[in-house]
Amino acid sequence: MSDRDTTEYCYDLAIIGAGPAGMASAAEAGQLGLATVLIDEQEEAGGQIYRAIERAPLADEGVLGSDYYKGRLLLEAMQASHTDYLPGTSVWDVEDDLTINVSHHGRSRQVRARRLLIATGAQERPVPFSGWTLPGVMTCGAAQVLLKNSALVPPAPLVLAGSGPLLLLIASQLSHAGVPIEAVLDTTPRDNYLRAARYSPGALRNPKLLLKGVGLLRTLKRSGIPHITGVESLRAESGNDDHLDRVCYRRKGVDHELYCRSLLVHQGVVPNVQLTRALELEHRWHEQQQCWHPDVDVWGETSRAGIFVAGDSSGIAGAQAAEETGRLSVLQIAKQLGQLEEGKRDTRAAPIRRRLGPHQAIRPFLDVLYQPARSFLIPEDDTIVCRCEEITAGELRHIADAGCQGPNQAKAFCRAGMGSCQGRLCGLTVSQVLAERSNQSIDAVGYYHIRPPIKPLTIGELADIAD
Amino acid sequence: MTETATPGARIADVCLIGGGLVGMAIALGLQRNGFHVAVLDEGDVALRASRGNFGLVWVQGKGDTLPEYADITRLSARLWSTFAASLQDSTGVDIQLQQRGGLYLCLTEQELDARARMLGKMHEAAGGDYPYETLDLKQVREKIPEVGDTVAGATWCPEDGHVNPLLLLRAMTERFKAQGGIIDNTGRVETIDPRPEGFRIRARAGGDWDCARVVLCAGLGNRELAPQVGLSAPLSPNRGQVLVGERVRPFLDYPTGHVRQTGEGTVQIGDSKEDVGFDSGTTTEVMAKIAHRAIRLFPLLRDVKLVRAWGALRVMTPDGYPIYQASTTYPGAYLVTCHSGVTLAAFHEGPLADWIASDRHDPSLEVFHAERFTL
Amino acid sequence: MPNVSHFERLPMRASEPVTVFVEGQAIKVDSHDTAAAVVLMAGLVPSRTTPTSGSPRAPYCLMGVCFECLLDIDGVANQQGCMVKVRDGMQIRRQVGARDIHEPRQEPTT
Repeated sequence: MSDRDTTEYCYDLAIIGAGPAGMASAAEAGQLGLATVLIDEQEEAGGQIYRAIERAPLADEGVLGSDYYKGRLLLEAMQASHTDYLPGTSVWDVEDDLTINVSHHGRSRQVRARRLLIATGAQERPVPFSGWTLPGVMTCGAAQVLLKNSALVPPAPLVLAGSGPLLLLIASQLSHAGVPIEAVLDTTPRDNYLRAARYSPGALRNPKLLLKGVGLLRTLKRSGIPHITGVESLRAESGNDDHLDRVCYRRKGVDHELYCRSLLVHQGVVPNVQLTRALELEHRWHEQQQCWHPDVDVWGETSRAGIFVAGDSSGIAGAQAAEETGRLSVLQIAKQLGQLEEGKRDTRAAPIRRRLGPHQAIRPFLDVLYQPARSFLIPEDDTIVCRCEEITAGELRHIADAGCQGPNQAKAFCRAGMGSCQGRLCGLTVSQVLAERSNQSIDAVGYYHIRPPIKPLTIGELADIAD
Repeated sequence: MTETATPGARIADVCLIGGGLVGMAIALGLQRNGFHVAVLDEGDVALRASRGNFGLVWVQGKGDTLPEYADITRLSARLWSTFAASLQDSTGVDIQLQQRGGLYLCLTEQELDARARMLGKMHEAAGGDYPYETLDLKQVREKIPEVGDTVAGATWCPEDGHVNPLLLLRAMTERFKAQGGIIDNTGRVETIDPRPEGFRIRARAGGDWDCARVVLCAGLGNRELAPQVGLSAPLSPNRGQVLVGERVRPFLDYPTGHVRQTGEGTVQIGDSKEDVGFDSGTTTEVMAKIAHRAIRLFPLLRDVKLVRAWGALRVMTPDGYPIYQASTTYPGAYLVTCHSGVTLAAFHEGPLADWIASDRHDPSLEVFHAERFTL
Repeated sequence: MPNVSHFERLPMRASEPVTVFVEGQAIKVDSHDTAAAVVLMAGLVPSRTTPTSGSPRAPYCLMGVCFECLLDIDGVANQQGCMVKVRDGMQIRRQVGARDIHEPRQEPTT
């Protein structure tokens, strides 16, 4: 950290999140001469996609593949810029004047900036199904984090279940690492393929990504791992040791059961809206992606002037698109701060937008193809929706019938969303269940009010600010 | 504004505007009196004092400058256990009422002396019928061993207690609907037209309602509505903040004016004189001050994690006391507003709803008329 | 313990070994591991029970979202294990239900 680290100092730009969008933005901002601070809750830069990229601990680089190691270029560019990089630092609140309250190893302080760029990325979509809280069940993203950060692989027998590119990617990575996989249970609804077909012209604008997808399927096939499509009624069950013991499913009307000790699940990723919601920015429901996006203009500026969102936290488009949207936001910020003329901004933006094009063109195809089956969006009555407070979909329907008007009333009536995760893992589902039950549009039903502190903070740490 | 075409107005005996704690309590009381009641409420994201309060059923110190307020507060506290039991009977929801007494902890001798003097005066005004005690640190620790060394003492009142205000709202709403009540969430009520036979009520987005009586329980929204029926509601918002800590195992047997542990185990921290009285100010600064005081009161809260903090807008009259008033210009219209919707819920469901149902002048309520602010 | 399932380590380019204690048992791990990764390696699953019903849970998302990996780390309850990097001598224990704020903080073993 440089000597600029005083609470009175005001940066030109504060970037939150050091994934692809955040690292690329920091590098761009450095080139444009903006005094920049990059705040990241992780101890090492890279975000989830390039997690631990500096160390890259796996001996065999073939396991994660070359796309992962591309992250080194971004990291080097970020490190070469004169950004103040604050790792291990979580943002727990942002005040109206863009004063950012951060916590680092149990001590809070404030960081000030004239512009804010939120690059907090994505989180995996909550995957509610019967048994998803059992020890032994975790997300595909979790398995990837363990692989990238610690070179760890899950115990056998292992089953993967769900839908989306990451499901196939982690299957091929684990398989490359020599981990036996009993089966990949693909829950992609069959009619998604037909519905997605009409978006294939857009997909063809990104042949590289399409080929990567085809390659993954081929790898899976070559490795002999059963890739079972058309899977429905997914259910995880335990033995007598409080641990996952088997996964049950139905296919073509026939029930099946597989013995397993590890089940990795995935239904795509959604923007991490915790901070954008806490800031009460405008959000809009994205029908194809089945999630909310913060409303942004072509530069990523939100409904509150001076606050920008880039990368997957403004809408899912992948790591490469994230870099580009980050750069675009920085150009506009530099222009607003008088560091860049409008003409130069547009000249610099043109090639960025050209590179961005194919990544955006393929989205409708991917989004529709991998839209989760209905049961993962609006689960059955006995499925737990809020893991923290253990609230089922049935209970949500009960309170909807008893006069609950929306997710914020639901918090009051049954404590859904009131636990430690602050609604991160139930927010989407609660809104969708209530919308369906009360026959309203999801936009009308809305989302939780997210309250600070959005990251864990002890009462003592907060109290110390008053001293 | 475009006129919404309505297929004829819907009809209720009484329309209550506002589905918060005040409105739902009166709605239940009117149902008990045999009325067909509709509650007109806003949607999920209205300003809701009812979702932001602290949950105390609090007696000590309330009404120190208005004995009638002390009286209804204590009456409500006495009615509470029956009310809570009947809610549980009809809905199965345990609203976690506990009335084993409460403490107001003081950090300085001056603060303690001032409170003791105030309660002493109330005791005198009540002719000796006002139970309270002033406790020094040692006596406080007999009740709550966990309080910090910097606590000077506390005032104690055996009539104080607390409840889960969110479950209270849920239980009242469930019971109201189960008894045939209608909740219309189509949006903010914009106009109340007095008509020869009663009132026509028009919401921003919804259809019209015709009713013989209308009760305004819309919190801060009463400011615009009251003049339409010849009443006045000089209310102002007062922002308060509450911090909520994670669930911990039970450690606090009694509610205090600043800290209470809920039935679920979460720790609620406010900075209040009474049930919802907080400082106003900028967020982080106020939050830090609230946390700071909490730790001086209970040092063992230092490592407890905050799950959320929120601000809610209190509904305050200039003197802090309620307005209970019937319109003389437009008979059948009533205004009910207060900032102690939890403590007074049992009173609202009982005697106050009976007063509205009877439609008779009650001289004992004159002291709560809004004219006191213009005289 | 029957049926214990452990995460296993693939060959690493480089490793800085440190020793931590899981429910008192010493285990050698890498200095960049998180406490959540350690309980998965040690097979301490379930790694917590919920304060709501006591139901068993284990790390789920590993990226700070789900709060399922809450652990007692060096005597401080309810730490998000996936966000805490190990230190030599760290004491990691199961988080059993709601925390008891009466328990004195344990000094880390050195």
